[in-house]
Order: sequence, then C-alpha cells, then structure tokens
Amino acid sequence: MKALILVGGFGTRLRPLTLTLPKPLVEFGNKRMILHQIEALAEAGVTDVVLAVNYRPEVMEKHLAEYEKQFGIKITFSIETEPLGTAGPLKLAEEILRKDDSPFFVLNSDVICDYPFTQLAAFHKSHGDEGTIVVTKVEEPSKYGVIVHKPNHPSRIDRFVEKPVEFVGNRINAGMYILNPSVLDRIELRPTSIEQETFPAIVRDGQLHSFDLEGFWMDVGQPKDFLTGTCLYLSHLTKKGSKLLTSTSEPFVHGGNVLIDPSAKIGKNCRIGPNVTIGPDVVVGDGVRLQRCVLLSGSKVKDHAWVKSTIVGWNSTVGRWARLENVTVLGDDVTIGDEIYVNGGSILPHKSIKANVDVPAIIM
Amino acid sequence: MSLQIPHREKQPNGVPAVTKAVILVGGSSRGTRFRPLSLDVPKPLFDVAGHPIIWHCLTAIDKVPSIQEVYLIGYYEESVFRDFIKDASVEFPNLSIKYLREYQALGTAGGLYHFRDAILKGRPQHIFVLNSDVCCSFPLNEMLKMFREKDAEAVILGTRVSEDAASNFGCIVSDAHTRRVLHYVEKPESHISNLINCGVYLFSTDAIFPSIRSAIKRRTDRPARLVSYPSSDNLENSFIINDDDDENSKNEVIRLEQDILGDMADTKQFYVYETKDFWRQIKTAGSAVPANALYLQKAWQNNSDELAKPSANIIPPVFIHKTAHVDPTAKLGPNVSIGPRVTVGAGARIKESIVLEDSEIKHDACVLYSIIGWNSRVGAWARVEGTPMPVTSHHTSIIKNGVKVQAITILGKECGVGDEVRVQNCICLPFKELKRDVANEVIM
Repeated sequence: MKALILVGGFGTRLRPLTLTLPKPLVEFGNKRMILHQIEALAEAGVTDVVLAVNYRPEVMEKHLAEYEKQFGIKITFSIETEPLGTAGPLKLAEEILRKDDSPFFVLNSDVICDYPFTQLAAFHKSHGDEGTIVVTKVEEPSKYGVIVHKPNHPSRIDRFVEKPVEFVGNRINAGMYILNPSVLDRIELRPTSIEQETFPAIVRDGQLHSFDLEGFWMDVGQPKDFLTGTCLYLSHLTKKGSKLLTSTSEPFVHGGNVLIDPSAKIGKNCRIGPNVTIGPDVVVGDGVRLQRCVLLSGSKVKDHAWVKSTIVGWNSTVGRWARLENVTVLGDDVTIGDEIYVNGGSILPHKSIKANVDVPAIIM
Repeated sequence: MSLQIPHREKQPNGVPAVTKAVILVGGSSRGTRFRPLSLDVPKPLFDVAGHPIIWHCLTAIDKVPSIQEVYLIGYYEESVFRDFIKDASVEFPNLSIKYLREYQALGTAGGLYHFRDAILKGRPQHIFVLNSDVCCSFPLNEMLKMFREKDAEAVILGTRVSEDAASNFGCIVSDAHTRRVLHYVEKPESHISNLINCGVYLFSTDAIFPSIRSAIKRRTDRPARLVSYPSSDNLENSFIINDDDDENSKNEVIRLEQDILGDMADTKQFYVYETKDFWRQIKTAGSAVPANALYLQKAWQNNSDELAKPSANIIPPVFIHKTAHVDPTAKLGPNVSIGPRVTVGAGARIKESIVLEDSEIKHDACVLYSIIGWNSRVGAWARVEGTPMPVTSHHTSIIKNGVKVQAITILGKECGVGDEVRVQNCICLPFKELKRDVANEVIM
C-alpha cells in the first residue's frame, strides 16, 4: 500500500522549535512526529510513502533514509515548486500513487492520534466507494467544518457545513483519508484544496464515507496544541498500560503520565507530573517541579526550578529557582538565568534570558 | 564616615558641653503609607537589618560622646515604646532614653516646643533632631564638627538626589564655599536645587526655641497662613499634604520643614553638611527593603559580627536571627534579614527581602524583593516576587501596563501563599490566603 504525508512548508506555527528542525523531526512524546506516522503506516502494510514538501532539508533525508531501512519501506520526496494546497500535491505524486490499483492513505503531518490505518483500510474496502475520511467528535462543532451524513446512512457523507451556527452534527474532518487512485482524475495540477474542491465533488457522486476515530486526536501544529496533544498522548499511553511510561511508584512521579527517556538524569526531591515528557540526555536537578511540560533532548533544568506548560528546547538550560509557565517555548540552546520568571515567552535559539519576561512576548 | 572622635567640648566655665538628641517618631494616625506593616507594628519599631528602625538612630546617637539623653517624641500610646526602651537601655547603657507623648499631633517643631522644659533641663547647648523615617549613616559627629567650626546656630544634613526626585523633598540652596544655607523650600513645584533635606538637624538651643516661638507668634497674628499646594505632577506629594489638611487647620501644628527652616535660612547661622553616604526615606512599607539593604551593607562594611557568615549558600550581607532555622541547602542573600523563629526549608531561595518573626518559607520556594509578614507561610515551590529598583531611585512604585503598582511585594501578618503559587508586585493585607497566582494587585 501507499501513503502521502502532507508536510508542506517550514512549520512556522511551531516556531521557535522549527527554526532548528523541520517540523516532522520535532520529537513528540520522545519520538519524532513523522516516526509516529511512518510506524503506524508500516504496520498497516504501507510500503511506499510520499512526503509532500515544498522544501527539502538535508537533515530530513538523513533521518528518512534511516526509517526506510528500519521499516523496509520506500520514502520519496515530492517537492512542490509552488504551493499546491492540500490536493495539488496528490496530483504531483500521481506516478507513485497510481503504481497499482490499491487505495492510498493521505494524512496531514500535524495530526497526532492513535492512527487506525488497518481498520480504515478494511472499512474502505467494505463499502467499495472512492474515498473514506477519518472523522473525530468535537465538543464545539461551530468552530469547524462539520460533516453531515445521508439520511438513514451511517457513513455516506451528504455534505459539509463550515462553522455551523445551528447543530448539524459533531463530527469533523480529522485530516486523514484513504482514497482510490481514481480520485486523482478529479484533481488538476494547480493550487487546489482537497477539503473545498475535491471532497465536495466526490460527495456529489455519493462516493465519500466517514470513519469514526476512536480515542484522542489533536492537530499539534502550534505550541499550545503541542502541549495539549502531549497530555492526550501520555494519557493514551497510560490507558494502554504502556511500559514506556515511568512507573508511578517512583517517589518523584506525581499524578502519572510521565515519560522519561532512560538516559535522562533526575535529581533528588523532585516532583514530576502529571503530563511530563523528558527526552534523552536531559538533566533535572534537585528539588525541581515539573508539570505539563516537554523537555527536549540535551536540555537541563537546574535545582529548584518550577516549569509548567512549557517546551524546553534542545540543549537549553533553565536556571535555579527559575519559573516558566503559560506556554513558554525555548528554542535550541536557550539559557534562562537563575531566579528568572518567564510568562508565555517564545525564546528564539541561542538566547540568554537575564530579566523576567512578565507578559507573553517573543524574544528575538 | 570620619573616624575622628571629637574630644569633649568644654563650656567656658569648664563644665562639659551637653548635647541631647530627639527622635521624632510620629503616631499611629500617621505612617498610613507604611501599611500593611504598620497595621501590626508602629513604623519606628519595624525591624530592618535585624533591628527596629529607631535602633539604627540610637546606634548613631550613641557614638556622640556628649549625648547622654535621648527623647522619643510622638503621639503613640505610652506603652508602645516601653519594651523597646527597656531593651535599648541595656544595649546603650550610656544613654538615658525617654518617651515624651504629645497629647495630640503638634507637628515636628510643635512637639519640640511643647517639651522644651524637659529638653532644656541640664542646659544642653545643642540638640540633634532626627526624623525616625530616614535611613542613613547619620554622620552626627561630622555635623557637630561643622557646627563648631562655623560657629553655627543650625546644621542640617543634606544629600544630592536626581533633579526630578528633588521636588519630592525639602530643597536647600547653599553657598558653595561656606556651605551656609541661603534658601530653604519644602517640596517646591519648580526645580530649586538637588541638595535636599535628610531630616536630621543639629540646633543650638538658643536658636531653635526662639525660632519656633516666633513662628507660633506669626501663626497667631496671621492664622490663615498660606498653605503650600502640592505640585500637580506629583501624586505622592499631594497624598501627604492632603493627609495633613486637618492638622494644618489647627494652630498648634508647627512643622520644622514648612514653618521654621525657611526663616532660619534668612535669619540664622544655618549651614548644611552634605553627606556622600547612603540616604533613603522610609515612607512606604516597600521602602523597608532598600533600607534593610543599606543598613545590612553598612553592617557588612563595618565587619559586624551580627551577620551570617558568607558561604556557597549565603551571599552577604545576610542577617539571620539566632532563633531562626535555615536549612543548609537554602540560598540566601544578598540583603536578606531573617527574623526570630523563622523556618526556611530545603532548597529555598531568598534575595533582597525581609522575612519577619515566626514565618515559614517551605522547600524550593523563591522569595525576591519582598517582605514576608509575621507568622506568614510561603508554600513549596511558591514564588513571591517584587521588582528590583535602581539604587538611586527614591520611588517604591513602578508603572506596569500603564498602572502604578508597588515594586516590593508585601505579605501582611499571618498570610499564606499556597504551594506553587506565584505572587508578584502585590500588597496583601493581614490574614489572607493566596491560593491562586496574583500579580499587580492589592489584596484586601
């Protein structure tokens, strides 16, 4: 089987992290974002993966070559010379996607969930129509584009309603699809939107179905959602009884959902959790309080610091008695001085912060 | 400070010269700007650098050999200073300390005049008058030396401040060579001089009492005296003046600054001794933090054995009361005073702050630029924080998001800050529990 991952541009929404690494390589739950997807795709029997990108950083090729070997799959870059929207890239990769008659998966690279590719493929095969989109239930449908089913049909889509004022349903497009190669006939090679142009056309022919996603779903394209998504992911690991999580019998674990790389060092008298991810080679000092935060590899949190709702970038240092909160994001190699307070700061790489950041601000 | 100790002056008849000192302590209806701390302790008795504010005055007075008698003049209850005077009499055995209570607020000069008989007993030649709300090195011997050299009738302690700060104070114009005071004006609207009144005076007894008497006479002759209006661009000033409106309506109120010093500049041998050493006013509660820092630094320079020994976790100067318990992993300083029976937990951090009696700072908490009131508790990983102010600033408030807030965070008596809670630039009145993060607020 084949899959296309819509990576797109520079991931500016996830800056300052994406100033250092392309978004698919940023670690989410101690695993690169793209690896979550490739793993799930390979498990569902995918052998060809197309990355639709509009730039091609060398660092990405190196990692992907590794994954090709690890999973015995072929990964191809499909590079747009001009942005082609969400449907154009499919046409651009037509050659690979049409190499056999089997349907192909399409997914947005920002989406994190318990990917249901095997079940999705089975469901798609069972209804026999052109396409299936994965949908997720939301609490406030009025903020999204909602799908409406044909009367008396559980999965066949009748129409899409963008930001409905009145309740018409609570299922929204989760950014993952399985499509027959015939869908490519409906797409022209130009900037075009799969959601606004391609799907409505398939719906008109009664050929598009929905598939309900079980469990969590999050678009983690920006820091706030990255943190929320991490909480959902860690809760999911807890529910599964994953061995990856640090045991709650550890004295420093507080409230569970704590994922610590075995190479990380944790000091004495810390209180860590809930919802904390600690990456490889991270050093956490004594008396540190961590909650709802992500410490990326090689970072260091010194004694007695207090960190909440924060992403600490690679190789960054948080000073003693520092306090970080309210969606603070430290880029690569940032230093936060001792006793400094940062409230919602976005700190660009290689900066050293020596005065409080009292209100949310971007520190260039 | 000069190390010269003046030899005891003899009067012509061979009797040693007598000098007395008066500390003006005010009363409970004043010092409202020192709230919330003055709700529980009279401002003159508030501890900075481990001792009550007026103890620092007494230490300076004790260094003047010709002073044996000190009066505290104010209108607090009689009992307020009883314990302090008892303790101070032991600590300063050469000084006789008495509290003279005004039946009502008489003004800084009115109080002196009211108790003139007591003060003049023993025929002192001169008297020092110290406002209790200043923090400085009190170079009294230097003032006395100048007094003699110039054959003065009055010497005022002056200091230079920035031009924009000057109009908040009494301004002195003096002759650059002779140091004679040519003009004195209290809180002028326009810029007069950046040499300001430190609130410390040395008066010849023959000059001060007649000056007050003539001021009273002028007042009686012309009761509707011209009230000096606050400058429109200075809110802090207008606050003080408004406070005093009631008092001004009473004829008895005579103030040194408004009613005496201006006249003295015209009619008396009035000189200014300019100190280059530190000087700060202790008006708002927040100003206790810089005062604490300045007195601690002075003690450190004098190698005071009261201070905690420097170490990896003690950045001097730090004062820790002998009954306090500070975990060795806690890091303190600089400019920290820890009061009696205070507990500081493991890995706590305290900087530029005063922690008052019986308080507890729990493990990993962080206290910066703050005052922690008596018997208060700061939870684990909590952060109580003020904003650093430039050393040269004479303000204790800052503008944040267009709103004036107190730079120093103050917890009144028996307040609690929950675990992990952050309190920034807040004033918290007594007996409040802070369970959520707060910033830039007064918590009633």
